[in-house]
Amino acid sequence: MAGYLLGFLLVAAIVSAVLGMARARMKRDASPEKPHSRPIYHGVNAAIWTGIPAFVFLVLWLMSQNAVVDMLVLGGFPDADALSNAERSLLISEIRQVAAGSLFKEPTPEILAAAEHLKSLEALAKWAMVAVVAALASVGAFFGLRAIGHRYQARHSVERSVTWFMMFSSLVAILTTAGIVASLLYETLQFFAKVPVTEFLFGLRWEPQIAIRADQVAGQGAFGMIPVLFGTFVISMLAMVVAIPTGILSAIYLTEYADERLRAVVKPLLEILAGIPTIVYGFFAVLTVAPLIRSIGLSLGVDASPNSALAAGGVMGVMLIPFISSLSDDAFAAVPRAMRDGSYALGATKGETIRRVLLPAALPGIVGGVLLALSRAVGETMIVVMAAGLIARMSLNPFDAVTTVTVQIVTLLIGDSEFDNPKTLAAFALGLVLFVFTLGLNLIALTTVRKYREKY
Amino acid sequence: MTPGALTTAVSPGAGAVIRPVDWKSDAMAARRRARYAADRRLKIYGMVAIAFAIGFLAILITTLSFTGYRAFVQTMATVEIDLSEAEVDRDNLMDANWRGIVRGALRKQVAELPRSLERDFFGIFTSSAHFIVRDAVIADPGRLGRTSTFAIPLSDPLDQLAKGQINPELPESQRRVNDVQIKYYEEIESKGLISQPFNWGLFFNADSRFPELAGLAGAITGSFWVLLVCFLISFPVGIAAAIYLEEFAPKNRITDIIEININNLAAVPSVVFGLLGLAVFLGWFGLPRSAPFVGGLVLSLMTLPTMIIVTRASLKSVPSSIREAALGIGASKHEAIFHHILPLAMPSVMTGTIIGLAQALGETAPLLLIGMNAFITSPPGDVFEASTALPTQIYIWADSPERGFVARTSAAILVLLGFLVAMNAIAVFLRQRFERRW
Repeated sequence: MAGYLLGFLLVAAIVSAVLGMARARMKRDASPEKPHSRPIYHGVNAAIWTGIPAFVFLVLWLMSQNAVVDMLVLGGFPDADALSNAERSLLISEIRQVAAGSLFKEPTPEILAAAEHLKSLEALAKWAMVAVVAALASVGAFFGLRAIGHRYQARHSVERSVTWFMMFSSLVAILTTAGIVASLLYETLQFFAKVPVTEFLFGLRWEPQIAIRADQVAGQGAFGMIPVLFGTFVISMLAMVVAIPTGILSAIYLTEYADERLRAVVKPLLEILAGIPTIVYGFFAVLTVAPLIRSIGLSLGVDASPNSALAAGGVMGVMLIPFISSLSDDAFAAVPRAMRDGSYALGATKGETIRRVLLPAALPGIVGGVLLALSRAVGETMIVVMAAGLIARMSLNPFDAVTTVTVQIVTLLIGDSEFDNPKTLAAFALGLVLFVFTLGLNLIALTTVRKYREKY
Repeated sequence: MTPGALTTAVSPGAGAVIRPVDWKSDAMAARRRARYAADRRLKIYGMVAIAFAIGFLAILITTLSFTGYRAFVQTMATVEIDLSEAEVDRDNLMDANWRGIVRGALRKQVAELPRSLERDFFGIFTSSAHFIVRDAVIADPGRLGRTSTFAIPLSDPLDQLAKGQINPELPESQRRVNDVQIKYYEEIESKGLISQPFNWGLFFNADSRFPELAGLAGAITGSFWVLLVCFLISFPVGIAAAIYLEEFAPKNRITDIIEININNLAAVPSVVFGLLGLAVFLGWFGLPRSAPFVGGLVLSLMTLPTMIIVTRASLKSVPSSIREAALGIGASKHEAIFHHILPLAMPSVMTGTIIGLAQALGETAPLLLIGMNAFITSPPGDVFEASTALPTQIYIWADSPERGFVARTSAAILVLLGFLVAMNAIAVFLRQRFERRW
């Protein structure tokens, strides 16, 4: 229905644009006076008047319809006020299923009545939506078309609308951040209503497998995030151990030693490494790297886990090589020619120049790049979801399986989830930790680059 | 070793005797050699680093190709089925006893089939053989009156056997096909009924629990819808925001905050966007789970910062003389931008857009959180129908225990990489063909 309405609005807008242009041309030809705006602006203006208010209304309506209908249905339901939030949402989903005709057990008469109520409300809402959208579009078209005249400043009107759209667009980024913060905070606060803050922040046990129904046999559940953070730390460090030397050394070779032809071949190849989706790395880690590490571990006499931290961390490190390499590359390129030449003039070899002049001068840029890479490693999801373990364990042994924040978020939320048990809410708390942590790293990285960058 | 050591030798300290350095002495020659060796070592480390990275890339692509290429062919048995005498009600093709008809025809392919071995024998063929025959007949009811041939996929274990993935020499308990099945398979093969054509099902079938029938049609359609929604939102909004920030916004605290915010948003982990989608779009707005629309919405918020940054850079690269010329002959600011600057910046904006969409195509974590990893056996018809996407389909298959899904997963990855290569090639082409250097 909404799709047809959108189509209708589009057609209506085009029609009023054509009508508006025709009317503007007619008026222009009928009088010797020079009009303020060209006909095209009158047409576009009419289209904006026709389409935009109705479109905005439609979007708002669609966003709020479900919530309003649910409220009305529950309001008509006997003793709905006594129910908790979870029971309410269960009840409403049962009513919806009955209304859709897909419920296997026999519904009670109250639910049947509520389902009828829901159906009638939805039918009403549908026609009300169509009526209001059509009315808004026609009123808009009427005013938009009526305004056309010699003096009417259609171009200014159009440009104003465009400016408003542009301002709204640049606010979307802010709204996104606000949405992230609000949703994470909201769910996290709900989580802390069930699990004490201190347990989450300082607890040493992470066992989120709790009973959903009373009769299930399951652990008590423990939500201490320290072991999860620890695992994240271990895997990120392994990744950085691979990525930092490889990334910086390849950047040194590419900027200082390689000739133009080699550079033209190698740089795009490294960029391919950056363009490969992380799920591909994850699958490769499971398919090839993890068995390899396991057999290496066994030959060394270490009992390596099939999803060892080393496999996940190592592959993640390779993923980060192009990232560190290109940022270091930029940092080296920013060091002025004169410093290099000065070092050579003193008789230093190329290697000495690189180690004693270029590296110190480029260090802030490199550190910034490393911090950004670290924040990526911490937030990286698919590699660890596929290759790292699920059990939170405090182990520094790279052959052990550890888990990470992102792994826990994904495993806690995969499948159908209700927002009322600590298990799903814990994922949002972890998400908030992750968000704050990566945000902090990014800010530090950016300020490092800005503050310590030598001005040459 | 260090240049610093030299200065102590030559610097005239209090009472020090100035000794000229004998550059030809053995000590100095050894020093020189050591310094050059250090230089060479650094160079070699660099080469090793690059070789490591590129070697990893090569191994990754080769491994995936070697495990994936097998899924591009599918072992089929060509079976003749005589439908002239079959008891089929022409007006109710759906409900005929297709299982009986197909089993009867399969039974005729081998010389003798004792009742006790029937189970093993029918296990050679895909368990959905009767649906394949049914759908073929519904598509072409003319087949009813005569004997026609059908290509029936073999079941996954036999497909593996035919592709040499299962060693028939192993003891029976260690392989997934038993001796009876191997005997019957060889009997059918000796009649020349087994073939391995290109596996079109990989592209035209939707997902299935059975590897031999599983395909990417649903995932490709889902990814298409997701990218379409993502493009329709992030392209206009990204360009509009970039123009506003680059050309109109006053320099003040608010625009500073917006800019810092955009830069930070570009570095927020993708899984956090998934949480946003789950809590806000599914939880608060009540949009449907697993829908490509929600996926596209989340990914558009994710690509938006990239779009804005790329667009701003390309707007900046258009020389200001063009703007001044337009303003000089009386264009309004909007006209100067929309008629002159934006069209000139468009090629690089398009390049950035395609690269951003390519990134969005490979993004998995946010789609997992909004439930696009559901098991869905038909491609979505619109953006609100539950669906999977290419990367989430890879995730599902990678998690499936059947052996045949390993090859399918690699094949799906190769398909995904193929799409990415194509998109990037278009981006490179656009850049080289249309981008202007000023």
